[in-house]
Amino acid sequence: MAKTSMTRWLALGLGLALAAPTVQAQQAPIRIGELNSYSKWAAFTVPYRQGWQLAVDEINAMGGVLGRKIEIISRDDGATTGDATRVAEELVTREGVSFLFGSFLSNVGVAMADYANQKKILYIAAEPLTDAITMAQGNRYTFRVRPSNFMQVGMLVDQAKASGAKRWAIVAPNYEYGQSAAEVFKRLIKERVPGAEIVAEQYPALGKIEAGATVSAIEQAKPDGIFNVTFGPDLTQFVREGNSRGLFEGKTVLSLLTGEPEWLLPLKDEIPEGWTVTGYPWDEIKDPKHKAFVDTYRAKYNDTPRLGSLLGYVVVNMIRDTIERAGSVETEALVKALEDAKFDTVIGPVTMRGLDNQSTMGAWVGKLVLKGATGGMTEWKYNDGASFMPSEAEVKATRKD
Amino acid sequence: MDLSFILIQALNGLASASSLFITACGLTLVFGVTRIVNFAHGSLYMVGAYTAATLVPRLLEMSYGPATFWAGIVLSALVVGLIGILLEILLLRRIYRAPELFQLLATFGVVLVFQDLVVQIFGPQDILGPRAPGLRQPIEILGRRFPSYELALIIAGPIVLGAVWLLLRRTRFGILVRAATQDRDMVAALGVNQALLFTGTLFCGAFLAGLGGALQIPRVAANTGMDLSVIAECFVVTVVGGMGSVPGAFLAALIIGQLQAFGILIFPKSTLVVVFLLMALVLAIRPNGFFGRPEATGGSHVVGIASRAPVRSGPLLMIAVLVVLAALPLIADPYLLKVATEILILALFAFSLQLLIGVGGLVSFGHAAFFGLGAYGAALAVKWLEASMFVAVPSGLLLAGAGGALIGAFLVRLSGIYLAMMTLAAAQILYAVAFQWVDVTGGDNGIIGVWPPAWAGPRAIYYLLTLAVTAIALFGLTRLIDAPFGYALRAARDSEPRAESIGLAVRRHRWLAFVAAGAGAGLAGALYAFSRGSVDPSLLGIPTSVDALTMLLLGGIQALTGPLAGAAVLHALRDWIMPLTPFWRLLLGLSIITMVLIFPRGLVGTVFHGREERA
Repeated sequence: MAKTSMTRWLALGLGLALAAPTVQAQQAPIRIGELNSYSKWAAFTVPYRQGWQLAVDEINAMGGVLGRKIEIISRDDGATTGDATRVAEELVTREGVSFLFGSFLSNVGVAMADYANQKKILYIAAEPLTDAITMAQGNRYTFRVRPSNFMQVGMLVDQAKASGAKRWAIVAPNYEYGQSAAEVFKRLIKERVPGAEIVAEQYPALGKIEAGATVSAIEQAKPDGIFNVTFGPDLTQFVREGNSRGLFEGKTVLSLLTGEPEWLLPLKDEIPEGWTVTGYPWDEIKDPKHKAFVDTYRAKYNDTPRLGSLLGYVVVNMIRDTIERAGSVETEALVKALEDAKFDTVIGPVTMRGLDNQSTMGAWVGKLVLKGATGGMTEWKYNDGASFMPSEAEVKATRKD
Repeated sequence: MDLSFILIQALNGLASASSLFITACGLTLVFGVTRIVNFAHGSLYMVGAYTAATLVPRLLEMSYGPATFWAGIVLSALVVGLIGILLEILLLRRIYRAPELFQLLATFGVVLVFQDLVVQIFGPQDILGPRAPGLRQPIEILGRRFPSYELALIIAGPIVLGAVWLLLRRTRFGILVRAATQDRDMVAALGVNQALLFTGTLFCGAFLAGLGGALQIPRVAANTGMDLSVIAECFVVTVVGGMGSVPGAFLAALIIGQLQAFGILIFPKSTLVVVFLLMALVLAIRPNGFFGRPEATGGSHVVGIASRAPVRSGPLLMIAVLVVLAALPLIADPYLLKVATEILILALFAFSLQLLIGVGGLVSFGHAAFFGLGAYGAALAVKWLEASMFVAVPSGLLLAGAGGALIGAFLVRLSGIYLAMMTLAAAQILYAVAFQWVDVTGGDNGIIGVWPPAWAGPRAIYYLLTLAVTAIALFGLTRLIDAPFGYALRAARDSEPRAESIGLAVRRHRWLAFVAAGAGAGLAGALYAFSRGSVDPSLLGIPTSVDALTMLLLGGIQALTGPLAGAAVLHALRDWIMPLTPFWRLLLGLSIITMVLIFPRGLVGTVFHGREERA
């Protein structure tokens, strides 16, 4: 009696064991690892998370990809290189994710690129802007979506030509992103604006600007143009002190990212009007696809989109297309599917250049203007990234792989 | 450089000095009376800024005018003062009888809790406050414009100084505060209601922190990084001025303000280091700061490892634990092994701190200095000499040992809180060097590609390697503690004059303790660098030092095995909570506070103590 029931149980167990993999193959979701500085840089990353969540919900509502749902396992990267690689390791070894995307700060992005290369796992850098990620530290496992410093600074320097400013001051946070942006600016301004010189450079530590002293130090050099790379709390202080002391009057100011709502909204009515910036005039983009995205986003979160929201949304949709084309979530297949892939996004076509794994996503360049109680952009234009990318020869000379 | 520029820059410095003084003044008051090093002071400053940035615009909508603005600032400071009272009644009052360092641990917990609460209550976005009505227009000084609000700030500093002076000199409460600052036990013996005195002091301290934060809103957007960025500078101000001395804090703030204003002209990339260099310099010349007094009651509150008889079953137990740990790769997955590796490394790190604090009575707030030196020593050897792991790890150990020798030479002249702060200064100087000497250390990017050789790459192998190295190091350190050297350190901890009078060379022993502890922490740092493949300045930062202290205190400074248990509990807890919820800081902070309240002697310490009580 006991024996027969044991056999029966064993048979049942065997049957279940055999049946299970097929059931799983149809239903197990695709697990993707995501990490970002959700607590330290909440102003950008929280809207970014809402953006990718919106995309995931939409994709899964339409049945997912390859017949499987997408599941994103998200972690805080602590905004340091050490924490980020640690979290990445946890996502890969414990959670068993197929690949990784995310991160905000450039130095974290560089560390993640090294990690991806070491562990041979795909990493899609959504936000980090330093050129190193696709140039000096670039590798075949790391891809970047946003336009790099070289591309965004290039767009701004084009605007600088018309202004006639020759004496330039630089203020940039003293870490990978700021250093990289300042370096590119120095190079491009000398190449493209004959007679331009750098008369002052200030590199406050990230998040620790002494704004009053910094503003006076720049003023002392009597520049006629200022290139700003600060963002977040540093930017707010810099702008307020600069406004109080009239630093920006009669000067050409070029500023990276300042037109993005996440950095513009905290400035309220302190907007430094007339700055030439890269940014995101979300409420004025008339394209129907983009408008649909904005409407859905606003309906779902009862909040206006930031650039982070758009980025999160676009990246996850690109990931969806990549998985579909790769036909699997194996690293090699994904890397091949990403190289020179074309994507149709809510902001238009984007290509992932296989040469340096840099996408051709562009940026909006315009002037800051006060609109009611907050700031916005005027005379803006979307610059496709393709025409601002580093040349093939330069990429080949810089990349090690 | 023309005169007007120098004047403006000096005014900039004065404005920063004023706001720094107002905040630091609260810290120094609280320390003077309660002897608590309040790490949560920066959090109170941050709450003050957030409260004012939210409250003042609403008030201004109701009635616009300078009176409303300043009333809103004071109101926000009062709110923060109330939070200070709550903090004292609910938390600190319950642990005054615990070893002093425990209150420090509780305030670490509070810092974590506030970091999450602020985001939850005020939202993730930075909040820029309104400009002050009546002070919107800049004024012209020698042809340059200067914000009039900054002038108001420059005046606010001396006003607060005057008010605090009046409070301390002209009121009964002030007399009690001064008396308690000089001799707390005497005040208690005279029948003064200590609970009320402490609550009052905490209110004043929190009020000043809140005021310092609230006054910032027209110039700084309230943001979540304010707490840690201000606390380090506040420490410098209070230490340079002399702990507990309000005029000293004022003078120190003035000097630091000017240093920062002119420092960025000379070293635009090394702003971080000048402040801490000043602190190191002042302490090297005046071991108690400008106006500080040597601690009258020094020594009587020190607790640590007592002398102990060797347990007979001890070695057997150790071997059993080692065997169990060595068998872990048989059952654990790679991730668990990585966590276990990190716990071993952190246990060694915390244990090396135990040699200083528990055995030597030398409280260090900057133990990360040695951990980071070890990690950077190893990483630099890999980067510049292309050394293999077997050369890199010992070079990390050597660098940290040398660092211990150098820093220790400065430290042994100091005592108590000044020693602790000097270690913090040392760690911060190293942090600044690693952060801003980009050409050598890679700056904020750190050094990547510090991986073990291929055969040691698999997690199981690296885990066993770490286990072997840490076991040997722990054994060595334990022998050191049980040797006459350890007894001499303990004698010096319990009574310095008596130890000296029987002929012990106290300073030399302490210096050697710093070398040994530095080398131990350096070894941990080097192992850590290879376990995660990179180093970055955060290894030298305040949070890393705080981690070491937390592990040590959680485990218990009176037990030899305390830091090992503390490392295991803290790291496992963090690893378990972090993926669980976005509110991991809140949860971790609350867990630390709960453990402080339930186990006022540390986890291991409480267990042992309970056993002794029963016996």
